[in-house]
Amino acid sequence: MLRLAAASGVAALARAITGVRGIWQGSAPSDRQRIYFANHSSHGDFIILSASLPRNHRVATRPVAAADYWGNTALRRFVADTLLGAVLIERNREERKGDPLAEMIAVLDQGHSLILFPEGLRNMTEEPVLPFKSGLYNLALARPDVELVPCWLENMSRVLPKGEILPVPLLCRVIFGAPVALQPGEDRHAFLERARQSLLALAPRPEKAA
Amino acid sequence: MIWETRWLLCGLLGVLVTATLIAAVLRFRNGGAASATLDNLEARIKAWWVMVAIIGLAMIAGKTAVILLFALVSFAALREFVTITYSRRSDHRVLLAIFLLVLPVQYYLIWIDWYGLYSIFIPVYCFLILPAFAVTRGDTQRFLERVSLQQWGIMLAVYCISHVPALLTLPVTGFGGREMLLIAFLIITVQGSDVLQYVFGKLFGKHRMAPNVSPSKTWEGLAGGVVSASLLGAALNWLTPFSPLQAGVIAAVCCVMGVFGGLVASAIKRDRGIKDWGAMIEGHGGMLDRTDSLVFAAPIFFHIVRYWWT
Repeated sequence: MLRLAAASGVAALARAITGVRGIWQGSAPSDRQRIYFANHSSHGDFIILSASLPRNHRVATRPVAAADYWGNTALRRFVADTLLGAVLIERNREERKGDPLAEMIAVLDQGHSLILFPEGLRNMTEEPVLPFKSGLYNLALARPDVELVPCWLENMSRVLPKGEILPVPLLCRVIFGAPVALQPGEDRHAFLERARQSLLALAPRPEKAA
Repeated sequence: MIWETRWLLCGLLGVLVTATLIAAVLRFRNGGAASATLDNLEARIKAWWVMVAIIGLAMIAGKTAVILLFALVSFAALREFVTITYSRRSDHRVLLAIFLLVLPVQYYLIWIDWYGLYSIFIPVYCFLILPAFAVTRGDTQRFLERVSLQQWGIMLAVYCISHVPALLTLPVTGFGGREMLLIAFLIITVQGSDVLQYVFGKLFGKHRMAPNVSPSKTWEGLAGGVVSASLLGAALNWLTPFSPLQAGVIAAVCCVMGVFGGLVASAIKRDRGIKDWGAMIEGHGGMLDRTDSLVFAAPIFFHIVRYWWT
Protein backbone atom coordinates (compact mmCIF):
# COMPACT_ATOMS: atom_id res chain seq x y z
CA MET A 1 0.00 0.00 0.00
CA LEU A 2 2.80 2.38 1.00
CA ARG A 3 4.72 1.21 -2.06
CA LEU A 4 1.78 1.88 -4.36
CA ALA A 5 1.21 5.37 -2.94
CA ALA A 6 4.93 6.12 -3.01
CA ALA A 7 5.28 4.89 -6.59
CA SER A 8 2.34 7.02 -7.74
CA GLY A 9 3.56 10.05 -5.80
CA VAL A 10 7.11 9.80 -7.09
CA ALA A 11 5.88 9.23 -10.65
CA ALA A 12 3.60 12.28 -10.44
CA LEU A 13 6.48 14.39 -9.16
CA ALA A 14 8.78 13.12 -11.91
CA ARG A 15 6.15 13.98 -14.49
CA ALA A 16 5.58 17.48 -13.05
CA ILE A 17 9.30 18.23 -13.24
CA THR A 18 10.36 16.49 -16.45
CA GLY A 19 7.08 15.91 -18.30
CA VAL A 20 8.49 12.42 -18.88
CA ARG A 21 6.94 10.43 -21.71
CA GLY A 22 7.53 6.81 -22.62
CA ILE A 23 8.09 6.29 -26.35
CA TRP A 24 7.36 2.63 -27.11
CA GLN A 25 9.42 2.42 -30.26
CA GLY A 26 10.41 -1.25 -30.48
CA SER A 27 8.18 -2.86 -27.88
CA ALA A 28 4.79 -2.29 -26.26
CA PRO A 29 3.82 -2.31 -22.58
CA SER A 30 3.27 -5.94 -21.64
CA ASP A 31 2.49 -8.14 -18.65
CA ARG A 32 5.46 -10.32 -19.55
CA GLN A 33 8.26 -10.45 -17.05
CA ARG A 34 11.03 -8.14 -18.21
CA ILE A 35 14.41 -6.69 -17.42
CA TYR A 36 14.46 -3.06 -18.52
CA PHE A 37 18.09 -2.10 -19.04
CA ALA A 38 19.09 1.53 -19.51
CA ASN A 39 21.93 4.01 -19.77
CA HIS A 40 22.86 5.52 -16.42
CA SER A 41 23.92 9.05 -15.59
CA SER A 42 21.80 10.25 -12.69
CA HIS A 43 20.21 9.15 -9.42
CA GLY A 44 16.90 10.10 -11.01
CA ASP A 45 17.23 7.49 -13.75
CA PHE A 46 15.20 4.67 -12.27
CA ILE A 47 12.56 7.14 -11.12
CA ILE A 48 11.79 8.40 -14.62
CA LEU A 49 12.00 4.93 -16.10
CA SER A 50 9.53 3.69 -13.54
CA ALA A 51 7.32 6.77 -14.07
CA SER A 52 7.06 6.08 -17.80
CA LEU A 53 5.77 2.54 -17.25
CA PRO A 54 2.02 1.91 -17.09
CA ARG A 55 0.73 2.37 -13.55
CA ASN A 56 -0.07 -1.31 -13.00
CA HIS A 57 3.48 -2.35 -13.89
CA ARG A 58 5.22 0.17 -11.68
CA VAL A 59 5.07 -1.60 -8.34
CA ALA A 60 5.96 -4.97 -9.87
CA THR A 61 9.06 -3.50 -11.54
CA ARG A 62 11.92 -3.12 -9.09
CA PRO A 63 15.11 -1.14 -9.71
CA VAL A 64 18.47 -2.70 -8.98
CA ALA A 65 20.50 -0.13 -7.05
CA ALA A 66 23.90 0.03 -5.41
CA ALA A 67 23.87 -0.82 -1.72
CA ASP A 68 27.03 1.25 -1.14
CA TYR A 69 25.06 4.38 -2.03
CA TRP A 70 21.37 3.68 -1.42
CA GLY A 71 21.96 1.58 1.68
CA ASN A 72 24.41 4.06 3.12
CA THR A 73 22.18 6.18 5.35
CA ALA A 74 18.86 5.43 7.03
CA LEU A 75 17.05 8.01 4.89
CA ARG A 76 18.42 6.68 1.58
CA ARG A 77 17.63 3.13 2.64
CA PHE A 78 14.06 4.14 3.51
CA VAL A 79 13.59 5.86 0.13
CA ALA A 80 15.18 3.09 -1.93
CA ASP A 81 14.06 0.05 -0.01
CA THR A 82 10.70 0.88 1.53
CA LEU A 83 9.32 3.50 -0.85
CA LEU A 84 10.74 2.46 -4.21
CA GLY A 85 11.19 -1.27 -3.63
CA ALA A 86 14.79 -1.24 -4.86
CA VAL A 87 16.86 -4.41 -4.88
CA LEU A 88 20.07 -3.29 -3.17
CA ILE A 89 23.18 -5.11 -4.30
CA GLU A 90 26.80 -4.78 -3.25
CA ARG A 91 29.10 -3.68 -6.06
CA ASN A 92 32.48 -4.21 -4.45
CA ARG A 93 33.71 -7.70 -5.39
CA GLU A 94 36.30 -7.96 -2.63
CA GLU A 95 34.19 -6.85 0.31
CA ARG A 96 30.72 -8.14 -0.53
CA LYS A 97 29.14 -10.93 1.43
CA GLY A 98 26.06 -11.70 -0.66
CA ASP A 99 25.81 -12.84 -4.26
CA PRO A 100 24.16 -10.05 -6.34
CA LEU A 101 23.23 -12.46 -9.13
CA ALA A 102 21.44 -14.82 -6.75
CA GLU A 103 19.60 -11.87 -5.19
CA MET A 104 18.39 -10.59 -8.56
CA ILE A 105 17.33 -14.08 -9.65
CA ALA A 106 15.43 -14.48 -6.39
CA VAL A 107 13.49 -11.29 -7.13
CA LEU A 108 12.75 -12.46 -10.68
CA ASP A 109 11.52 -15.77 -9.27
CA GLN A 110 9.01 -13.86 -7.14
CA GLY A 111 7.52 -12.69 -10.45
CA HIS A 112 8.88 -9.14 -10.43
CA SER A 113 10.43 -7.31 -13.36
CA LEU A 114 13.74 -5.48 -12.92
CA ILE A 115 15.27 -2.16 -13.90
CA LEU A 116 18.98 -2.66 -14.45
CA PHE A 117 21.83 -0.32 -15.33
CA PRO A 118 24.39 -2.69 -16.89
CA GLU A 119 27.13 -0.03 -17.00
CA GLY A 120 27.34 -0.59 -13.24
CA LEU A 121 27.83 3.08 -12.35
CA ARG A 122 26.80 6.54 -13.45
CA ASN A 123 28.49 7.41 -16.70
CA MET A 124 30.35 10.72 -16.36
CA THR A 125 32.40 10.40 -19.55
CA GLU A 126 31.85 11.74 -23.04
CA GLU A 127 31.09 8.17 -24.21
CA PRO A 128 27.31 7.78 -24.59
CA VAL A 129 27.32 4.29 -23.03
CA LEU A 130 30.12 2.49 -21.16
CA PRO A 131 30.87 -1.24 -21.65
CA PHE A 132 28.35 -3.48 -19.86
CA LYS A 133 29.11 -5.55 -16.76
CA SER A 134 28.27 -9.23 -17.03
CA GLY A 135 25.13 -9.17 -14.85
CA LEU A 136 22.79 -8.83 -17.83
CA TYR A 137 24.38 -11.85 -19.54
CA ASN A 138 24.23 -13.97 -16.41
CA LEU A 139 20.58 -13.12 -15.86
CA ALA A 140 19.75 -13.86 -19.51
CA LEU A 141 21.48 -17.23 -19.17
CA ALA A 142 19.79 -18.11 -15.88
CA ARG A 143 16.25 -16.94 -16.79
CA PRO A 144 15.90 -17.16 -20.59
CA ASP A 145 12.13 -16.53 -20.49
CA VAL A 146 12.54 -12.98 -19.19
CA GLU A 147 12.46 -10.34 -21.95
CA LEU A 148 15.39 -7.92 -22.05
CA VAL A 149 14.17 -4.47 -23.13
CA PRO A 150 16.65 -1.66 -23.86
CA CYS A 151 15.50 1.78 -22.63
CA TRP A 152 17.21 5.00 -23.64
CA LEU A 153 16.91 7.70 -20.97
CA GLU A 154 17.18 11.15 -22.44
CA ASN A 155 18.42 14.26 -20.66
CA MET A 156 18.61 12.96 -17.09
CA SER A 157 22.30 13.82 -16.92
CA ARG A 158 21.24 17.45 -17.32
CA VAL A 159 18.24 17.29 -15.00
CA LEU A 160 20.13 15.89 -12.03
CA PRO A 161 23.88 15.56 -12.60
CA LYS A 162 26.19 13.82 -10.16
CA GLY A 163 26.70 15.79 -6.98
CA GLU A 164 23.59 18.01 -7.31
CA ILE A 165 20.58 17.82 -5.03
CA LEU A 166 17.87 19.80 -6.82
CA PRO A 167 16.71 18.82 -10.32
CA VAL A 168 16.47 21.39 -13.12
CA PRO A 169 13.13 20.92 -14.87
CA LEU A 170 13.90 19.75 -18.41
CA LEU A 171 11.78 17.57 -20.66
CA CYS A 172 12.75 13.90 -20.62
CA ARG A 173 11.78 10.93 -22.73
CA VAL A 174 12.28 7.22 -22.22
CA ILE A 175 12.61 5.34 -25.51
CA PHE A 176 11.81 1.64 -25.27
CA GLY A 177 13.48 -0.53 -27.93
CA ALA A 178 12.90 -4.04 -29.26
CA PRO A 179 13.78 -6.86 -26.84
CA VAL A 180 17.21 -8.48 -27.12
CA ALA A 181 17.53 -12.24 -26.57
CA LEU A 182 20.60 -14.33 -25.85
CA GLN A 183 21.30 -16.56 -28.88
CA PRO A 184 22.16 -20.23 -28.26
CA GLY A 185 25.89 -20.52 -27.74
CA GLU A 186 26.44 -16.76 -27.92
CA ASP A 187 29.62 -15.62 -26.23
CA ARG A 188 29.36 -13.31 -23.19
CA HIS A 189 31.29 -10.42 -24.75
CA ALA A 190 29.44 -10.67 -28.03
CA PHE A 191 26.06 -10.63 -26.28
CA LEU A 192 26.92 -7.74 -23.96
CA GLU A 193 28.21 -5.69 -26.89
CA ARG A 194 25.09 -6.49 -28.94
CA ALA A 195 22.85 -5.45 -26.05
CA ARG A 196 24.88 -2.26 -25.65
CA GLN A 197 24.53 -1.48 -29.37
CA SER A 198 20.76 -2.05 -29.20
CA LEU A 199 20.63 0.59 -26.47
CA LEU A 200 22.88 3.00 -28.36
CA ALA A 201 20.74 2.65 -31.47
CA LEU A 202 17.83 4.24 -29.55
CA ALA A 203 19.76 7.44 -28.80
CA PRO A 204 18.50 10.34 -30.89
CA ARG A 205 21.26 11.53 -33.23
CA PRO A 206 23.74 13.80 -31.48
CA GLU A 207 23.37 17.55 -31.48
CA LYS A 208 24.55 19.26 -34.66
CA ALA A 209 27.99 20.84 -34.38
CA ALA A 210 27.64 24.48 -33.42
CA MET B 1 -20.04 39.19 -14.40
CA ILE B 2 -19.96 42.29 -16.60
CA TRP B 3 -21.88 42.17 -19.88
CA GLU B 4 -18.69 42.20 -22.00
CA THR B 5 -17.51 38.99 -20.35
CA ARG B 6 -20.83 37.31 -20.99
CA TRP B 7 -20.86 38.25 -24.68
CA LEU B 8 -17.25 37.17 -24.97
CA LEU B 9 -17.91 33.74 -23.47
CA CYS B 10 -20.96 33.26 -25.71
CA GLY B 11 -18.89 34.24 -28.75
CA LEU B 12 -16.05 31.87 -27.90
CA LEU B 13 -18.50 29.07 -27.22
CA GLY B 14 -20.10 29.74 -30.60
CA VAL B 15 -16.76 29.61 -32.40
CA LEU B 16 -15.73 26.37 -30.69
CA VAL B 17 -19.07 24.70 -31.39
CA THR B 18 -18.89 25.80 -35.04
CA ALA B 19 -15.32 24.52 -35.39
CA THR B 20 -16.28 21.20 -33.83
CA LEU B 21 -19.26 20.87 -36.19
CA ILE B 22 -17.16 21.73 -39.26
CA ALA B 23 -14.60 19.09 -38.26
CA ALA B 24 -17.42 16.56 -37.83
CA VAL B 25 -18.81 17.40 -41.30
CA LEU B 26 -15.33 17.08 -42.85
CA ARG B 27 -14.89 13.74 -41.11
CA PHE B 28 -18.28 12.56 -42.42
CA ARG B 29 -17.55 13.67 -45.99
CA ASN B 30 -14.17 11.97 -45.79
CA GLY B 31 -16.09 8.69 -45.48
CA GLY B 32 -13.96 6.86 -42.94
CA ALA B 33 -10.68 7.18 -44.88
CA ALA B 34 -7.61 7.83 -42.74
CA SER B 35 -6.45 11.44 -42.79
CA ALA B 36 -3.57 12.84 -40.77
CA THR B 37 -4.73 16.40 -41.44
CA LEU B 38 -8.22 15.65 -40.09
CA ASP B 39 -6.82 13.84 -37.04
CA ASN B 40 -4.62 16.85 -36.34
CA LEU B 41 -7.50 19.29 -36.89
CA GLU B 42 -9.68 17.42 -34.41
CA ALA B 43 -6.85 17.25 -31.87
CA ARG B 44 -6.28 20.99 -32.28
CA ILE B 45 -9.94 21.85 -31.77
CA LYS B 46 -10.14 19.61 -28.72
CA ALA B 47 -7.08 21.33 -27.26
CA TRP B 48 -8.70 24.73 -27.95
CA TRP B 49 -11.72 23.72 -25.84
CA VAL B 50 -9.39 22.98 -22.95
CA MET B 51 -7.28 26.11 -23.41
CA VAL B 52 -10.30 28.42 -23.68
CA ALA B 53 -11.82 26.79 -20.59
CA ILE B 54 -8.63 27.22 -18.55
CA ILE B 55 -8.03 30.84 -19.58
CA GLY B 56 -11.71 31.68 -19.16
CA LEU B 57 -11.86 30.23 -15.66
CA ALA B 58 -8.66 32.04 -14.66
CA MET B 59 -10.05 35.34 -15.93
CA ILE B 60 -13.28 34.89 -14.02
CA ALA B 61 -11.29 33.97 -10.89
CA GLY B 62 -9.35 37.21 -11.13
CA LYS B 63 -5.92 38.80 -11.15
CA THR B 64 -4.04 36.32 -8.95
CA ALA B 65 -5.29 33.33 -10.93
CA VAL B 66 -4.32 34.94 -14.25
CA ILE B 67 -0.82 35.75 -12.96
CA LEU B 68 -0.40 32.19 -11.69
CA LEU B 69 -1.65 30.75 -14.97
CA PHE B 70 0.85 32.74 -17.02
CA ALA B 71 3.64 31.89 -14.57
CA LEU B 72 2.87 28.25 -15.39
CA VAL B 73 2.82 29.04 -19.12
CA SER B 74 6.25 30.64 -18.70
CA PHE B 75 7.48 27.60 -16.77
CA ALA B 76 6.42 25.22 -19.53
CA ALA B 77 7.85 27.46 -22.26
CA LEU B 78 11.15 27.98 -20.45
CA ARG B 79 11.48 24.25 -19.84
CA GLU B 80 11.04 23.60 -23.57
CA PHE B 81 13.57 26.28 -24.48
CA VAL B 82 16.25 25.12 -22.03
CA THR B 83 15.71 21.47 -23.01
CA ILE B 84 16.74 22.03 -26.63
CA THR B 85 19.55 24.52 -26.03
CA TYR B 86 23.16 23.77 -25.19
CA SER B 87 24.23 23.76 -21.56
CA ARG B 88 27.03 22.20 -19.55
CA ARG B 89 27.12 20.55 -16.17
CA SER B 90 28.57 23.76 -14.72
CA ASP B 91 25.35 25.57 -15.70
CA HIS B 92 23.23 23.52 -13.30
CA ARG B 93 23.01 26.14 -10.54
CA VAL B 94 22.40 28.98 -12.99
CA LEU B 95 19.56 27.03 -14.60
CA LEU B 96 18.10 26.28 -11.17
CA ALA B 97 18.22 30.00 -10.37
CA ILE B 98 16.38 30.78 -13.59
CA PHE B 99 13.52 28.44 -12.68
CA LEU B 100 13.41 28.97 -8.93
CA LEU B 101 14.22 32.69 -8.66
CA VAL B 102 13.97 34.63 -11.92
CA LEU B 103 10.58 33.28 -12.98
CA PRO B 104 8.81 33.62 -9.59
CA VAL B 105 10.35 37.05 -8.90
CA GLN B 106 9.22 38.45 -12.28
CA TYR B 107 5.62 37.33 -11.66
CA TYR B 108 5.73 38.49 -8.04
CA LEU B 109 6.80 41.96 -9.21
CA ILE B 110 3.81 42.02 -11.54
CA TRP B 111 1.54 40.85 -8.74
CA ILE B 112 2.67 43.72 -6.50
CA ASP B 113 2.40 46.07 -9.50
CA TRP B 114 5.99 47.38 -9.44
CA TYR B 115 6.35 48.53 -13.05
CA GLY B 116 9.70 50.26 -12.41
CA LEU B 117 11.30 46.94 -11.53
CA TYR B 118 9.44 44.28 -13.51
CA SER B 119 10.15 46.14 -16.74
CA ILE B 120 13.94 46.05 -16.19
CA PHE B 121 14.47 43.11 -13.85
CA ILE B 122 15.30 40.63 -16.63
CA PRO B 123 16.75 42.88 -19.38
CA VAL B 124 19.04 44.74 -16.94
CA TYR B 125 19.58 42.90 -13.66
CA CYS B 126 19.40 39.29 -14.86
CA PHE B 127 21.38 40.21 -17.97
CA LEU B 128 24.27 41.26 -15.72
CA ILE B 129 23.88 39.00 -12.70
CA LEU B 130 23.39 35.63 -14.44
CA PRO B 131 26.70 35.76 -16.37
CA ALA B 132 28.38 37.07 -13.22
CA PHE B 133 27.06 34.02 -11.40
CA ALA B 134 28.02 31.72 -14.29
CA VAL B 135 31.59 33.00 -14.39
CA THR B 136 32.14 32.07 -10.75
CA ARG B 137 31.72 28.43 -11.81
CA GLY B 138 34.99 28.75 -13.73
CA ASP B 139 33.95 26.95 -16.94
CA THR B 140 34.80 29.08 -19.99
CA GLN B 141 33.96 26.58 -22.70
CA ARG B 142 31.37 28.08 -25.10
CA PHE B 143 30.74 30.66 -22.37
CA LEU B 144 29.26 33.41 -24.53
CA GLU B 145 26.94 30.93 -26.21
CA ARG B 146 25.73 29.54 -22.89
CA VAL B 147 25.00 32.87 -21.21
CA SER B 148 23.35 34.18 -24.39
CA LEU B 149 21.05 31.19 -24.52
CA GLN B 150 20.11 31.65 -20.88
CA GLN B 151 19.28 35.31 -21.49
CA TRP B 152 17.26 34.47 -24.61
CA GLY B 153 15.37 31.82 -22.70
CA ILE B 154 14.26 34.12 -19.90
CA MET B 155 13.52 37.01 -22.28
CA LEU B 156 11.27 34.89 -24.50
CA ALA B 157 9.66 32.56 -22.02
CA VAL B 158 9.45 34.74 -18.90
CA TYR B 159 9.82 38.44 -19.72
CA CYS B 160 7.75 38.58 -22.89
CA ILE B 161 5.01 36.21 -21.74
CA SER B 162 4.73 38.05 -18.41
CA HIS B 163 3.56 41.12 -20.33
CA VAL B 164 0.20 39.43 -20.84
CA PRO B 165 -0.80 39.48 -17.13
CA ALA B 166 1.12 42.77 -16.73
CA LEU B 167 -1.74 44.36 -18.70
CA LEU B 168 -3.74 44.05 -15.47
CA THR B 169 -1.47 46.60 -13.80
CA LEU B 170 -2.15 49.33 -16.38
CA PRO B 171 -4.42 52.13 -15.13
CA VAL B 172 -6.17 52.67 -18.48
CA THR B 173 -7.83 56.11 -18.52
CA GLY B 174 -11.60 55.93 -18.12
CA PHE B 175 -11.68 52.12 -18.46
CA GLY B 176 -12.83 51.48 -14.91
CA GLY B 177 -10.82 48.41 -13.95
CA ARG B 178 -11.82 46.26 -16.91
CA GLU B 179 -8.19 45.58 -17.88
CA MET B 180 -8.90 41.83 -17.96
CA LEU B 181 -10.69 42.46 -21.25
CA LEU B 182 -7.44 43.75 -22.78
CA ILE B 183 -5.93 40.30 -22.19
CA ALA B 184 -8.91 38.74 -23.93
CA PHE B 185 -8.54 41.17 -26.86
CA LEU B 186 -4.81 40.44 -27.23
CA ILE B 187 -5.15 36.65 -27.01
CA ILE B 188 -8.18 36.45 -29.30
CA THR B 189 -6.65 38.60 -32.05
CA VAL B 190 -3.18 37.03 -31.96
CA GLN B 191 -4.32 33.43 -31.56
CA GLY B 192 -7.20 34.14 -33.95
CA SER B 193 -4.61 35.29 -36.48
CA ASP B 194 -2.73 31.99 -36.06
CA VAL B 195 -5.92 30.01 -36.59
CA LEU B 196 -7.05 32.14 -39.54
CA GLN B 197 -3.62 31.90 -41.18
CA TYR B 198 -3.88 28.12 -40.83
CA VAL B 199 -7.39 28.12 -42.33
CA PHE B 200 -6.55 30.49 -45.24
CA GLY B 201 -3.28 28.62 -45.83
CA LYS B 202 -5.08 25.26 -46.02
CA LEU B 203 -7.81 26.63 -48.30
CA PHE B 204 -5.91 28.97 -50.64
CA GLY B 205 -2.20 28.51 -49.86
CA LYS B 206 -0.02 28.37 -53.00
CA HIS B 207 3.04 30.58 -52.77
CA ARG B 208 5.44 29.70 -50.00
CA MET B 209 6.55 32.63 -47.94
CA ALA B 210 9.71 31.35 -46.24
CA PRO B 211 10.48 27.86 -47.59
CA ASN B 212 13.78 27.71 -45.71
CA VAL B 213 12.30 28.64 -42.35
CA SER B 214 8.70 27.47 -42.18
CA PRO B 215 7.62 25.43 -45.21
CA SER B 216 3.92 25.42 -44.32
CA LYS B 217 3.56 29.24 -44.27
CA THR B 218 2.16 30.76 -47.47
CA TRP B 219 1.56 34.35 -48.59
CA GLU B 220 -2.13 33.58 -49.07
CA GLY B 221 -2.38 32.27 -45.51
CA LEU B 222 -0.48 35.24 -44.14
CA ALA B 223 -2.51 37.90 -45.96
CA GLY B 224 -5.86 36.24 -45.32
CA GLY B 225 -5.04 35.59 -41.67
CA VAL B 226 -3.65 38.99 -40.78
CA VAL B 227 -6.35 40.97 -42.64
CA SER B 228 -9.21 38.94 -41.21
CA ALA B 229 -7.71 39.00 -37.69
CA SER B 230 -7.34 42.79 -37.92
CA LEU B 231 -11.00 43.04 -38.92
CA LEU B 232 -11.82 40.77 -35.99
CA GLY B 233 -9.85 43.15 -33.76
CA ALA B 234 -11.78 46.15 -35.11
CA ALA B 235 -15.05 44.32 -34.45
CA LEU B 236 -13.94 43.55 -30.88
CA ASN B 237 -13.24 47.20 -30.04
CA TRP B 238 -16.05 47.05 -27.44
CA LEU B 239 -13.63 45.04 -25.30
CA THR B 240 -11.16 47.94 -25.29
CA PRO B 241 -10.81 51.70 -24.85
CA PHE B 242 -9.94 51.92 -28.58
CA SER B 243 -12.09 53.17 -31.46
CA PRO B 244 -12.85 50.55 -34.17
CA LEU B 245 -10.11 51.98 -36.41
CA GLN B 246 -7.58 52.06 -33.57
CA ALA B 247 -8.52 48.53 -32.55
CA GLY B 248 -8.02 47.32 -36.14
CA VAL B 249 -4.60 48.96 -36.47
CA ILE B 250 -3.42 47.69 -33.08
CA ALA B 251 -4.65 44.19 -33.91
CA ALA B 252 -2.75 44.37 -37.22
CA VAL B 253 0.46 45.39 -35.44
CA CYS B 254 0.05 42.53 -32.94
CA CYS B 255 -0.66 40.01 -35.71
CA VAL B 256 2.39 41.07 -37.73
CA MET B 257 4.55 40.80 -34.60
CA GLY B 258 2.97 37.38 -34.05
CA VAL B 259 3.91 36.28 -37.57
CA PHE B 260 7.52 37.22 -36.91
CA GLY B 261 7.39 35.46 -33.55
CA GLY B 262 6.31 32.30 -35.33
CA LEU B 263 9.08 32.65 -37.92
CA VAL B 264 11.78 33.26 -35.31
CA ALA B 265 10.60 30.24 -33.33
CA SER B 266 10.63 28.16 -36.53
CA ALA B 267 14.19 29.29 -37.31
CA ILE B 268 15.33 28.20 -33.84
CA LYS B 269 13.61 24.82 -34.21
CA ARG B 270 15.14 24.28 -37.67
CA ASP B 271 18.56 25.10 -36.33
CA ARG B 272 18.15 22.54 -33.54
CA GLY B 273 16.73 19.97 -35.93
CA ILE B 274 13.34 19.57 -34.22
CA LYS B 275 9.79 19.92 -35.51
CA ASP B 276 7.98 20.86 -32.32
CA TRP B 277 9.07 22.36 -29.01
CA GLY B 278 7.36 19.62 -27.06
CA ALA B 279 4.26 17.45 -26.90
CA MET B 280 2.33 19.12 -24.12
CA ILE B 281 -0.68 20.31 -26.17
CA GLU B 282 -2.20 17.56 -28.29
CA GLY B 283 -2.19 18.51 -31.99
CA HIS B 284 -0.31 21.75 -31.45
CA GLY B 285 3.05 20.55 -30.10
CA GLY B 286 4.60 22.27 -27.11
CA MET B 287 3.72 25.37 -25.14
CA LEU B 288 6.08 27.50 -27.26
CA ASP B 289 4.48 26.24 -30.47
CA ARG B 290 1.23 27.73 -29.24
CA THR B 291 2.63 30.91 -27.67
CA ASP B 292 5.43 31.95 -30.07
CA SER B 293 3.23 34.62 -31.65
CA LEU B 294 2.01 35.87 -28.27
CA VAL B 295 5.61 36.17 -27.07
CA PHE B 296 6.37 38.73 -29.77
CA ALA B 297 3.05 40.54 -29.64
CA ALA B 298 2.48 40.94 -25.88
CA PRO B 299 5.22 43.47 -24.96
CA ILE B 300 4.43 45.64 -28.00
CA PHE B 301 0.70 45.63 -27.23
CA PHE B 302 1.49 46.40 -23.59
CA HIS B 303 3.57 49.44 -24.48
CA ILE B 304 1.11 50.74 -27.09
CA VAL B 305 -1.61 50.72 -24.46
CA ARG B 306 0.68 52.13 -21.78
CA TYR B 307 1.95 54.99 -23.97
CA TRP B 308 -1.32 56.18 -25.47
CA TRP B 309 -4.03 55.06 -23.05
CA THR B 310 -2.70 55.63 -19.53
